[in-house]
Amino acid sequence: MGLILKLKRSLRVPLDTSPLTPDNLNGRPLDEIYRLELWEGNRKTPLGDIFKIEEVDGGDLTIEGDLSKARRIGYMMKSGRIKVEGDAGLYVGEAMRGGEITVEGDAGAWLGSRMSGGKITVEGDAGDFVGSSYRGSREGMKGGVIKIKGDAGDEVGCWMRGGLIWIDGGVGCFPGIHMVDGVIFIGGDCQGRAGAEMTGGKVIIQGYLPTVLPSFRTSEVRGKVKVDDTSIQGPFYVFEGDLNEGGSGKLFVNIGRNSHIAWCERLIGEVE
Amino acid sequence: MELLIRNGTVFDPLNHVDGERMDIAVKDGKIVEDVSSRAEVIDASGMIVMPGGVDIHSHIAGSKVNTGRLMRPEDHYRDYEFRRPQRRAGVGHSIPSTYTTGYRYAEMGYTTVFEPATPPLKARHTHEELNEIPMIDKGCFTLLGNNWFIMDYLREGRIEECKGFVAWMLEATKGYAVKLVNPGGVEAWGWGRYIIGLDDPVPRFEITPREIVEGLCRINSMLRLPHPIHVHTNNMARVGNYETTIATMETVADQASGSPRNIHVTHVQFTGRKGSSWVNVRSGAEEISSYVNRRGHAELDIGQIIFGDTTTMTADGSFQYLLHILSGNKWANADVEVETGAGVVPYTYRRSNYVNAIQWGIGLELALLIEDPWRIHMTTDHPNGGPFTEYPRVIAWLMSRKARDKTLSKINKTARRRLILPGIDREYTLSEIAILTRAATAKSLGLTDKGHLGVGADADIAIYAMDVEKVDPSKEYRLLRRAFRRTAYTIKEGEIVVKDGEIVKTVFGRTFWVKPWVKGDLMERVKEDVRERFEEYYTVRFGNYPIPDSYLRRPQVIRAGG
Repeated sequence: MGLILKLKRSLRVPLDTSPLTPDNLNGRPLDEIYRLELWEGNRKTPLGDIFKIEEVDGGDLTIEGDLSKARRIGYMMKSGRIKVEGDAGLYVGEAMRGGEITVEGDAGAWLGSRMSGGKITVEGDAGDFVGSSYRGSREGMKGGVIKIKGDAGDEVGCWMRGGLIWIDGGVGCFPGIHMVDGVIFIGGDCQGRAGAEMTGGKVIIQGYLPTVLPSFRTSEVRGKVKVDDTSIQGPFYVFEGDLNEGGSGKLFVNIGRNSHIAWCERLIGEVE
Repeated sequence: MELLIRNGTVFDPLNHVDGERMDIAVKDGKIVEDVSSRAEVIDASGMIVMPGGVDIHSHIAGSKVNTGRLMRPEDHYRDYEFRRPQRRAGVGHSIPSTYTTGYRYAEMGYTTVFEPATPPLKARHTHEELNEIPMIDKGCFTLLGNNWFIMDYLREGRIEECKGFVAWMLEATKGYAVKLVNPGGVEAWGWGRYIIGLDDPVPRFEITPREIVEGLCRINSMLRLPHPIHVHTNNMARVGNYETTIATMETVADQASGSPRNIHVTHVQFTGRKGSSWVNVRSGAEEISSYVNRRGHAELDIGQIIFGDTTTMTADGSFQYLLHILSGNKWANADVEVETGAGVVPYTYRRSNYVNAIQWGIGLELALLIEDPWRIHMTTDHPNGGPFTEYPRVIAWLMSRKARDKTLSKINKTARRRLILPGIDREYTLSEIAILTRAATAKSLGLTDKGHLGVGADADIAIYAMDVEKVDPSKEYRLLRRAFRRTAYTIKEGEIVVKDGEIVKTVFGRTFWVKPWVKGDLMERVKEDVRERFEEYYTVRFGNYPIPDSYLRRPQVIRAGG
């Protein structure tokens, strides 16, 4: 049994949608789902008061409407599929372990934070802290895939420990900050400070990068780089760092778009 | 308001009641002989009745606790409480918010808790937080082990003036006891040096930790303070520090003739390590317990660690720096002007980690090897070893060999082989647990109305839903743990505040502080003596430094003096 939830009215205050996962809803009778209580602001509201609920074939959960104030869609989900037809709010797919989430509009900040498996696709843009840890914690995204067709904000992959973040568009500052492992691919431009305090993993930047942090060592020039089974054509400058943290993370910066840092070529092979 | 607790199985070690079926009568916040027929009756048949718990060492309030809260949003993230009737919303885990701290203590049957490390300058903050902790009586210990004035006085041998200064400090900060944290060592670390032994000089003060401990111990007994000096020994950062711990107790042994106990060594688990490096670290519990068993003047609390994530915080800035370097975790440090320092570092104790597993063993070995339960107190040094909410787990380990074996089977194998814990058969009785968690702590703190259920005592009572005739705690330790996690009833000053593990009424306890009396104009002379240097060293004016009595929500003065 699948469900389509259509937003009846616009949301004025944040709505916690964490109970709305296929794991939690599948197998429940419809009248129970109507009565399921969600926190809307500081009070509990039955699901039936907020959404028009339709039963359909298949196992998917589809949510329609402007959900930019709905938080934690797919929180800790393990299996199944969620489709959001519209914008989604903060914390989409937080701590997700499996399954699939598709957002047809934009997604808010903390997309896929602390996730350890599954796949999230965003057709529009995403906010800050994609695949990051919770504030203060050192446990970021551990596995799974996040695909963003638009742009993303600052601190993509903060404390990331595994998995793949693929962004077709550009990003803000600090992609891969504190990163330990995993891969971040950025198709567009980056506003700067890529890989600050990273100790492992890869950040690949195809677009423009204002400058490379001074705590990175220029290690080589490479023609292409492999991400899973895809080979990405370069050529790239490869930097290693962050040396402030004794790190050995890799930063791949496309040569074609970044002729302003060509000076680093003469540093290749130099012992610091 | 009258209450009658009927038919409970009472454990009241201070009055030699060991599991007897009896009634307890309460009137106007005190225990009385009998009550009228109008009294509200609690049927406690098949339940354990004990005095309310007294925690001697738990960091629940003050500037470093709050720094810990601020720097660890991830600690609160998964543990929060919604507002409910009779209780406010709040956050939990290793550093709960003020209200949650009070609620959770009461839910476990604890009614009195002492915050053990208050830098004098930050005492105002501590009292502001203590004022906001409901449900429990409380107090704080004043940090004096690295104070410039005290080190100067002791070096110059001006013991009388030093006594006057200590008396003034306790009064100014509304403190309850003299606390020493790494005496001299925090100051030395401020100059980039480490104090390793008791005879290493403190730079610029030409005084040794031994002289500070001996001096303050002498002053403590001259002032007849209710609690002995509360000492966090030197050298916590090193392996092999069990020798320092024993030496610290030994150095005040000859002063002990008049008073039976003159030193409380705290969270000994952290300073009971034997060996020469982190690779061959062993437990020094045998040596320490053999000293305590032989000599009657020292008492300890264990500072048991609980496996899991917690936040360490201590005035021992040098130790926290080391922990930050070892673990790579984030670190906050503070230097409190001329008084002390502090540090905060989050830490996760892991079963698989050799050193952590040894630490876990040291705490339990100490508790099980020390024969006299009146001289060993149960703490987790909250939140350093683990949050206080895990006390039931420690009780289960102490009362059940089976519970210990279960945990032992999961810890690091090398550690298991090197601990003597697997060979210890001792299991605590409920009466001994009552000693460890309330009677002995109340006695050690000199709180005559706490920790027992005799006529005239404060009506702070914990009733746990466990039938001693049906449940054998040694075998069914899970039931024991569940019973001690949430009381059936907690009674505070004669009022039912917790029922079936839920808060039913919010009350505010008293704040105990000690006002020592000194002869003649000694205190005035000392104030004149320090005023000039005080104005020079401190960022606050001398006149603004003392905290007035009216600053405390419900102050309760304990008088001392000599």
